[in-house]
Amino acid sequence: MDSFKGAYPSAHAADVESGTQPKIACRQVWKLFGPDPAGFMARHGGNPSAEDCAREGYISAVRDVSLEVAAGEILIVMGLSGSGKSTLVRCLSRLIEPTAGEIDVDGVDLLGAGPRELIELRRHKMGMVFQNFALLPHRTVLENVAFPLEVQGVDKKSRRQRALEIVELVGLKGRENYYPRELSGGQQQRVGIARSLAVEPDIWFLDEPFSALDPLIRREMQDEFLRLQSMLHKTIVFITHDFDEALRLGDRIAIMYHGVVDQLGTAEELVLNPATDYVAEFTREVPRANLLSVASVMQPGESAATGGEPVRASQRISEVAPRVLAGDGPVPVVDDQAHPVGVLTRERVLDMVFGQGRGAGGDAG
Amino acid sequence: MATLAEAPAPQSVSALDFARRHGASLAVGLFLLLLLLHGLLPAWSLVPPEAWALPFATWINSFVVFLQEDLGLVVVTRGIADAVQFLLDIVRNLLTGGRRGFGLQAVPWVMLVALALIWGHYLKGWRLAALAGGTVFYLALFGQWRNAMLTLSMVFVTVPLAVLLGFGLGILAFKSRRAEQALNPLLNIMQSLPHFAYLIPVVVFFGVGQHAGALATMIFATPPMVRMTLLGLKGVPENVVEAGIMAGCTRAQLLLTVQVPAARNAIMVGVNQVIMQCLAMVVIASFIGASGLGYDLLLKLQSLRIGQALETGIAVVLIAIALDRLSQAWAEKQPLHRERRPWWQEHIHLLLAVVAVVGSLVLAHFLPEARRFPRGLTLTTAPLWDGLVDWITLNLFDALQVVRGFMLVEVLIPLRDVFLWLPWVAVVIFAGGLAWSFGGLRAAATVAGFLLFIVLSGWWERAMITSYMVFSALVICVLIGIPVGIWAASREWRFKTMQVMCDTFQTFPSFIYLIPVIMLFQVSDLTVILAVVIYSVIPSIRYTMIGLRAVPSQIVEAGLTSGCTPLQMLWKIKLPLALPTIMVGINQTILFSLFMVIIAAFIGTRDLGQEMMRALSASDTGKGLVLGFCVAFLGLTADRIIGDWSARRKRQLGLA
Ligand SMILES: Nc1ncnc2c1ncn2[C@@H]1O[C@H](COP(=O)(O)OP(=O)(O)OP(=O)(O)O)[C@@H](O)[C@H]1O
Ligand SMILES: [Mg+2]
Repeated sequence: MDSFKGAYPSAHAADVESGTQPKIACRQVWKLFGPDPAGFMARHGGNPSAEDCAREGYISAVRDVSLEVAAGEILIVMGLSGSGKSTLVRCLSRLIEPTAGEIDVDGVDLLGAGPRELIELRRHKMGMVFQNFALLPHRTVLENVAFPLEVQGVDKKSRRQRALEIVELVGLKGRENYYPRELSGGQQQRVGIARSLAVEPDIWFLDEPFSALDPLIRREMQDEFLRLQSMLHKTIVFITHDFDEALRLGDRIAIMYHGVVDQLGTAEELVLNPATDYVAEFTREVPRANLLSVASVMQPGESAATGGEPVRASQRISEVAPRVLAGDGPVPVVDDQAHPVGVLTRERVLDMVFGQGRGAGGDAG
Repeated sequence: MATLAEAPAPQSVSALDFARRHGASLAVGLFLLLLLLHGLLPAWSLVPPEAWALPFATWINSFVVFLQEDLGLVVVTRGIADAVQFLLDIVRNLLTGGRRGFGLQAVPWVMLVALALIWGHYLKGWRLAALAGGTVFYLALFGQWRNAMLTLSMVFVTVPLAVLLGFGLGILAFKSRRAEQALNPLLNIMQSLPHFAYLIPVVVFFGVGQHAGALATMIFATPPMVRMTLLGLKGVPENVVEAGIMAGCTRAQLLLTVQVPAARNAIMVGVNQVIMQCLAMVVIASFIGASGLGYDLLLKLQSLRIGQALETGIAVVLIAIALDRLSQAWAEKQPLHRERRPWWQEHIHLLLAVVAVVGSLVLAHFLPEARRFPRGLTLTTAPLWDGLVDWITLNLFDALQVVRGFMLVEVLIPLRDVFLWLPWVAVVIFAGGLAWSFGGLRAAATVAGFLLFIVLSGWWERAMITSYMVFSALVICVLIGIPVGIWAASREWRFKTMQVMCDTFQTFPSFIYLIPVIMLFQVSDLTVILAVVIYSVIPSIRYTMIGLRAVPSQIVEAGLTSGCTPLQMLWKIKLPLALPTIMVGINQTILFSLFMVIIAAFIGTRDLGQEMMRALSASDTGKGLVLGFCVAFLGLTADRIIGDWSARRKRQLGLA
């Protein structure tokens, strides 16, 4: 449990520069699969319903998605299989052409970029880790990692040096001359990660990078990921199926359902104020005690509390729960300046952690 | 299972739907009805009247003349012919010594044995080394050296050319949808044209001789390379390609550094197929004056020197197996990381090869026997085999004669007469109807078009004789192939053994199969059919095994739990599920049979193949091509009907 501390959303969200230009912004992005997506969109006034799609045999993998990713932020994309996560990320990296919508990267229109500009962008700005590793089978670990540099025409000596550095960074030292076939899944994924880092991209797309790994290695890789990010500060879009992973790694989480982003917010917001039933359902199994802060569970107000030593509003419920549950009276809550801001009662903690209670604002009145 | 549940709900049934659903039965019914009414049918509907025959051949010939002379293509073709001849001369003189081998003497036979050993060991280890080295040694020991070197020089020239050409076309097809759409039907037809059909136009455009043989071989061997290149490139996982794109590859970089290397395995399978096709065709190219083992074999067979023919045949077979295994091993050789080793260990095979070359040259300088295998030491087993044939003729002649007589008089000739008696209208309706019910209107139109071409070409009767032989061979193949396949599929070791046998037999150039049958039955329809059966039973066996073994194990277990006896399991569960795959095998059997029937023409048949031989000796391109198309269309008709059927069946079974 301990390692969860500090990795949680709101702590991070504060770091993110606010008010500046978003790194990635997409507006009303659609991606339809079918015989003539553009014509179909036009026929339905740019907003075909799910029924329209079903009737005419189109798949709307991404429906009207608008979102922004701030520089240095980790945005997690979640959703069931087939909900359009990979497709959305492929649109953001323009591996596929969106059917409609706009995407800006650093304020520049991505969809207007020509082939040369795209190649430049990918050579220097974007990196991607793929769902099933996607290593080049005929190249060794080192050659795989050096591949993006080779493509750019970096000379042999410096790309070898750089590749060796990154291979060491992801913990594959000693395996440089192995071929992908000779590596385990976890090792292969490290190669994929190393390769995407070779060119020091600003923007890093990761499509379920850890889902093929067993839980122990996954945990290890997540730690590694956080360690890397604390050094590299990249803007990251990260797809996962695993809510724990999302909580550990993400600043904000987007939940996708049938191509639509149902809700985008911090984990706490999703749990406390789910925008749709689907999000509520999706977040039901979340270990709330680890997630929620005292502030979101307490009874606000200045009411004089009895129970001795106060707790701070920014603490996690899991940290204070033993005290609150052991005592019998309400515990006073103070903010970081030690001003009292409310009280935390045993009932509310129990209700919040084990029941289906909503946010503090929800039933305070 | 899921697909069964999702089958569309029945909708309003129109008459057309009804007809479509029962199309196959309707086609059979109509066919039988027409047969019953045979006496009443007008004469034109029985055998196509001669007046109908369109002069396709004349048209083609005038077109060829136009191309060659009016457009001056003859300059181009002569240039190509000269270039190929030049390459052939170089390689051939390197191998056998002579003018253009840069004044060098022939390569010492010991050098080739040593290189074969080293190469085999490098690719896969001692067993392959023994096979490769042993094959080369056999060639020297049995006095096949010179002819074998001629054949190999053809292979060494044609294989790289065909590989390059096929690779280039494959990439073109991959890059341009238009090119793919244009190439696809062309490849289909090329792959169903019999070997002989390639020879005739080549003779017309390029003359006869070694170079013509090489060109025919090259053209014949290219299609599988195109196919495999395209297949390989298309099969590269999408995310690997995307990884390349995200690395910032330009289109050329993507192709050369990601897609082609990632498609290596499929491309290497293509190379292997090219080698095998080349070898098969090089033997047949002897008909247009390509000297070598094939020509030798042809002469010996025609003069019924069976013993010698057998030895030459074994040489061809050994070369085929050795080249097949070598190229397969090469295809399968995957890079492995190596701990750092001293450089001489790293390159041990290369070093050995250099030593072998230098050593054998020095040796040959002092010891001429190391260059040319001494004639006095060559062995031959021919008298033994000839003795065996004599013994068979003396002692088994009567028995074999009875079998042969019975088969010919009681079975084959009546069957042939039935085929000739069938009204063409009935055949077209039958085939068209089947195609319609399995594949829809387009399939029906295609099939009818194929058959109508044959009707209008004036070769209907010959085509029916060819069909009769293919049909007879097919029946025997099915009767043998399916039981053997069932037997082999039931145990792991049998399956493995049988697969190795199939692989091996399939590498023999088709020609070879004529030798043992001629030994036993001399020359007749029966001989031809038996040779065809030996050659084309292989796919029936192979696909029966594969189909049976691919039945999902849950379904087998479900059968077991519901108390099936082994026999019930086979009949009620495994065979029905394997049937679509088995039909693919039968389809291939038909195509193989067609090719073999045509090849067998030179030992005497009265079908399309015989006419093709005539067209060949008269260098009549028009006639040769028309006959070639007739054969191809027979094959494509069967292919279309069976292919559509098994695709539909697979969909119904939810296996696709
Ligand atoms: N090239 C394509 N052609 C047609 N449909 C596609 C294509 N690619 C994706 N789809 C469809 O789009 C939908 C979304 O697919 P996507 O791969 O984005 O899902 P996902 O959320 O990444 O799922 P998973 O978690 O399984 O990776 C799916 O219904 C899929 O079938
Ligand atoms: Mg996905």
